[in-house]
Amino acid sequence: MSAFEYVIWIPLLPLLTFLLLGLFNRFFKEPVSGYVGTSAMAVAWFLSLKTAITYFFDAGLQNGKYMPVEVFKLEWIKFHSGLSIDMGIMLDPVSVMMLVVVTTISFMVHFYSLGYMHDDEGFSRFYAYLSLFSFSMLSLVLATNLFQIYIFWELVGVSSFLLIGYYFTKPSAIRAAKKAFIVTRFADFFFLIGILMIGYFVGTFDIETLNGSQTIQWILQNQFPVFLGLSVITWALILIFIGGAGKSAMFPLHIWLPDAMEGPTPVSALIHAATMVVAGVFLVARLFPLFFHIEGGFALRVVAVVGTFSALFAAVIALTQEDIKRVLAYSTMSQIGYMMMALGVSGFEGMEGLGFTAGMFHLFTHAMFKALLFLVAGVVIHAVHSNLMKDMGGLHRYMPVSSWTFLIAALAISGIPPLAGFYSKDVILEAAFHYSFIIWLTGFIVAGLTAFYMFRLYFRIFHHREKTYAHPPREESNYMKIPLIFLAVLTFTVGWLFTPFSKYVSPTREAFHYHIHWTDPLVWGSMLIALSGIVAAWIFYYKPTAYPDKIAKSLGVLYTWTKNKFYVDEAYLFVTKKIIFDKISKPAAWFDRNIVDGMMDAIGNTTVWISEKIKPIQSGRLQEYAIYFIYGVVILIMAFYYMNYKM
Amino acid sequence: MEGISIQIVLTFTTILFFIGLYGFITRTNLIGILISLELMLNAEAVNFFVLNKYLFPGVLQGSVFSLFIIALAAAETALALAIIIQVYRMTGSVDVKEVKDLKH
Repeated sequence: MSAFEYVIWIPLLPLLTFLLLGLFNRFFKEPVSGYVGTSAMAVAWFLSLKTAITYFFDAGLQNGKYMPVEVFKLEWIKFHSGLSIDMGIMLDPVSVMMLVVVTTISFMVHFYSLGYMHDDEGFSRFYAYLSLFSFSMLSLVLATNLFQIYIFWELVGVSSFLLIGYYFTKPSAIRAAKKAFIVTRFADFFFLIGILMIGYFVGTFDIETLNGSQTIQWILQNQFPVFLGLSVITWALILIFIGGAGKSAMFPLHIWLPDAMEGPTPVSALIHAATMVVAGVFLVARLFPLFFHIEGGFALRVVAVVGTFSALFAAVIALTQEDIKRVLAYSTMSQIGYMMMALGVSGFEGMEGLGFTAGMFHLFTHAMFKALLFLVAGVVIHAVHSNLMKDMGGLHRYMPVSSWTFLIAALAISGIPPLAGFYSKDVILEAAFHYSFIIWLTGFIVAGLTAFYMFRLYFRIFHHREKTYAHPPREESNYMKIPLIFLAVLTFTVGWLFTPFSKYVSPTREAFHYHIHWTDPLVWGSMLIALSGIVAAWIFYYKPTAYPDKIAKSLGVLYTWTKNKFYVDEAYLFVTKKIIFDKISKPAAWFDRNIVDGMMDAIGNTTVWISEKIKPIQSGRLQEYAIYFIYGVVILIMAFYYMNYKM
Repeated sequence: MEGISIQIVLTFTTILFFIGLYGFITRTNLIGILISLELMLNAEAVNFFVLNKYLFPGVLQGSVFSLFIIALAAAETALALAIIIQVYRMTGSVDVKEVKDLKH
């Protein structure tokens, strides 16, 4: 299908920008590099919109089913027929949707950074990194091959590392960057093993082939080795999910995400809220037919449980955090848990696939409003020079645009119609209700908690109390205001505009219809709990009150635990420092230094000792040499004689 | 073959060779060592020629090698004398026990 040939330019443009800005860094002064990066992203954005419109409304649909379009595919490394690493571009509903999400947010963040990074020393470097990230992420979502996903998966990890550690003179930023890289790299190791297992047992890395019904039938009919009661294919899927959980900050691999907030705020909006962290969700969605069919969907149940637990866990922690970016980070983790939960509870055919659709829809809407929340947080931090809530309050008067857009985003994430979050979140809850009561109940509680912590944030930043500032905070640059307004408009519209989302994205790629039943107790139940969360936050935080402290005191240990993020970081430190370092690494290091190195040293020392001993032979006295020579000749003659003429 | 028998010639060259060897090991004077070396070389030159003449009368290689040895001995002597003169200039003696620095 040559109609989509231009799609190659969507990832290539950021790559070219990266090379240009990265290689000729010093030739680009402040505004120019920003304009280059932003305009490249703008073109990529237009191309993605064009792709999406052509694909969804014209070329993609055949007999009510979206056909995957392989724009091109190059065989890169061939192992044997069938098993090869390819590089290519594949369009299907999920990847086209991701394309739109990534380019939209990336374009907005590029634009916003023109203002946010103003007068920063590494302005061009920043744009080079952003371009690198956009390139990797776009190539990741367009991948045809599991290995291609893996390659770009690592590349987004690297660009995330570079951007978290952007302020490389700050020790905390360096630590956070290292932590993010090591934790996700650790998870990626499992991902790689999972891919290799799939390659070994199924014999292909190609995503379309893997998801094809023939392959699934073949897997189901064959006996595979069993390990701990599960077939190796299920294990492979679980390992792949661990990789996804690492990138998507699912419990217990979430510890890097809150620390990643050390990076510049636009980066948090782009990478750690809207795009890279949903890569795990994308991965599960990519292999959804496998996840669903193999061994009755055991791996998918794992996804559901992990997602649900992470959603609750993160929401609870978000209630007590003081750093506004950390609240948003935990909120992101919680919402990604929601998406995982939605995929986990999903069925496959027709209406059964509602969870899948809802998860993807939530990914789409969440990207918009979470990026918006982060960008507003960036404006606020820019204005008051602090991340902490105690340094804020009463900002509504100074920063009306930020305040209103933040309110819209907060209402959206709480799930209030007609904003985007409601349309996706409500469908997730509906799908969860048909799957399991406990998962639904958890999701329901999380919805209330979300509304509460979001409005706690909103009130404490923009209302709460009048505070005198050293110099009055204001919204400085239009570069920063325009993306806020644009994203707020998107947050307002995409929900009802794209409902029902199943017209576009579904597990079987066949469109189906669902309706939101406004009279259903499920629907107004979730609205009610969101409203009660908001009201509770209003009572607690609109004006300074004594309630929060009182409740914190009455909860006692529970509060301390939540405040300290359930000591997960400390647990990690304990495991790594006390157990792995002390019990494994140190003995291993001792073995290496003393036994392995000792053997090598012994060889060297013996050589030195022997040469010291035989050195005096080289006396410099000519006649001694002659005598040695003669002795040697005599011995050789005798030996020769003895061997040839045995006496 | 008339005249001197090969055994007599070989005995003579062997004696000559070992006299040269003995001199090479025991002399302390560098010139003496050089002379001993010449003795050994000459013994070998004669050996080559004689063995060629008595055992393989049809070919000439042995004789040619003798000529080579004579030419090489001349060149080597010239070189060795040059070195000895340099050693004498530096150390003021031609005693082989004094010349240990050449090992470095």
